[in-house]
Amino acid sequence: MADAPILEATDLVKTYTMGDVQVHALRGVSLSVERGEFVAIMGTSGSGKSTLMNILGCLDRPTSGSYSLVGREVAGLDRDELSEIRNQVLGFVFQSFNLLSRTSAIENVELPMIYQGVRRRDRGPRAARALERVGLGKRLDHTPNQLSGGQQQRVAIARAIVTEPKLILADEPTGNLDSKTSLEIMALFQELSRSGITIVLVTHEPDIAMFTDRVVLVRDGKIKSDRRQTATDARAAVDAYVEVEE
Amino acid sequence: MNLFNTILIAIRALLRNKMRSFLTVLGIIIGVGAVIAMVAIGEGAKAEVQKSFDKMGTNMLVIRPGATQTGGVRGGGGSASTITWDDVDAVRDEASGVSRVSPQMRMNAQLVGDGQNWSTSVEGVNPDYFEIRAWPIAAGAPFTEADVTAKTKVAVIGGTVADNIYGPGSSPIGSILRINNVPFEIVGLLARKGQSAMGQDSDDVVIIPVTTLASKLQGGLKKYLTGSIYVSASSSATTTLAQNDITALLRSRHKLRDGEDNDFTVNNLADVASARAEGTETMTRLLAGIALVSLLVGGIGIMNIMLVSVTERTREIGLRMAIGAKPGDILVQFVIEAVALSMIGGAVGVGAGVGAAYYLATQFGWATLVQPQIIAVSLGFSAAVGVGFGLYPAYKASRLDPIQALRYE
Repeated sequence: MADAPILEATDLVKTYTMGDVQVHALRGVSLSVERGEFVAIMGTSGSGKSTLMNILGCLDRPTSGSYSLVGREVAGLDRDELSEIRNQVLGFVFQSFNLLSRTSAIENVELPMIYQGVRRRDRGPRAARALERVGLGKRLDHTPNQLSGGQQQRVAIARAIVTEPKLILADEPTGNLDSKTSLEIMALFQELSRSGITIVLVTHEPDIAMFTDRVVLVRDGKIKSDRRQTATDARAAVDAYVEVEE
Repeated sequence: MNLFNTILIAIRALLRNKMRSFLTVLGIIIGVGAVIAMVAIGEGAKAEVQKSFDKMGTNMLVIRPGATQTGGVRGGGGSASTITWDDVDAVRDEASGVSRVSPQMRMNAQLVGDGQNWSTSVEGVNPDYFEIRAWPIAAGAPFTEADVTAKTKVAVIGGTVADNIYGPGSSPIGSILRINNVPFEIVGLLARKGQSAMGQDSDDVVIIPVTTLASKLQGGLKKYLTGSIYVSASSSATTTLAQNDITALLRSRHKLRDGEDNDFTVNNLADVASARAEGTETMTRLLAGIALVSLLVGGIGIMNIMLVSVTERTREIGLRMAIGAKPGDILVQFVIEAVALSMIGGAVGVGAGVGAAYYLATQFGWATLVQPQIIAVSLGFSAAVGVGFGLYPAYKASRLDPIQALRYE
């Protein structure tokens, strides 16, 4: 890993003011993610993991500290510049899928390319390829309400990877799914990770975190532990998961 | 992110909510349709008034004697004997900008012919009168200058008189018509003019040489003309000039001193026509104003729906921002949605308005006139309504915080 880290955060602090009360969501977080890593950020609700995720996703700005994404400092950028970074560098997967209703799968996947300015005739084939990659090659014209939860999340993943982002951020991607479907989705993430895509995933479920290469535990706005696990651990996690299910 | 894509996104968003989009558009359809139909009715009425004045004769001036005054009791206009037969010749020969001049005397008479009788107004004039009034002859020929000189007993009759004495469709040319028991030969039948601008039947008339009227039906030619002089100016541009010149000429002929009132009046029918046209113009504006209010209400409907739409689609907006939409993209998208709504409404409204105008014209015989400019103005205005009322909801959408928006339930 001679390259510069994909993501490098140093001493991130985020403080909200709610009325008279100061809420310290992050109290100095430093984190570095290398190209190709599959990282889980774990923590209970209120631990600050969502705030960290928002800052890493360029949706929010830290109160202090520095954050650079693919070598570019983003802490001081304005809203338009942040939009552009999100569009060019990041791919998002959300807990509640966030697909446009009454809109076909392929159109949903085309959406980020529209904002990139990809030509119309290139968008269709690229979106179709992305949907094939997540196993929905036969459901291009289905609308979200014609798809199961797992299939909807696959469409969302296709939407995240279609722009070939440097980093995929997944915020509780299995939170709305049953265990079996969760397993399938995590297997898909592992597959994407093996093909070289960098993924940062936020979860509060240890079972889900087991699928990744590295688990960062956040508590009270600080990093409590940062532990790497081998591929065999991850493989074992899948097996254990499957056994529990059966 | 080009404009075409944004328009596409906006249209797709509208199609996702067809019923709501339709109901929103309905307000604009009614507004624009009402504007088009109302203005069409107003313009039609104006054109109708203009046409009826054209029928009376273009560039026409009417000179009437002034009012009598006997010991403080004043008669009406035309009651005095101030205009002489010589004045008629002087106006014809000396006033500038004048092309044709005819005296006109008028009396009521009882007609008898073909076993029928009818009471109507008889006018004594010169042959020029037919030109001045722009009144073509439908059958036969008008009487001539020679008839006037010889005081011949010939008559040209209007369509209503012909219908009532000889029956509709018959040819009265050559028949003998007794006017107050004096026999006249009918030489011509006037083309029908229908109702005049004042609401009278223009065709209920008999026209004979002025000299014949004066000598055979009345007590002979005297010094004063007991009637009016009809004048046509050489063009509509010279009407006012001719009017002023005639006034100056008659003042000097009547030896009126400065400061003394005219003992005659010169009426310019163009003035009357434009006053009438102005009246209908005011009505058009009033109708269009009311219709514009309904268009405005339609615009408020759009704003209302766009605000609801922004709230309802908060998560969509958050998602679009997360995957790369800039605040400006969101703003443009929502403005375009509003403009698309109002423009579609405008286009359908134009169709509805033109259709309504056509329906009124064919089914009810209303005079309507749809001018291309009003269509352009209506479309432009409805686009402006879309921008105006779409801007605030769109601005609200563009200011959303993506994190809050994504979490919105």
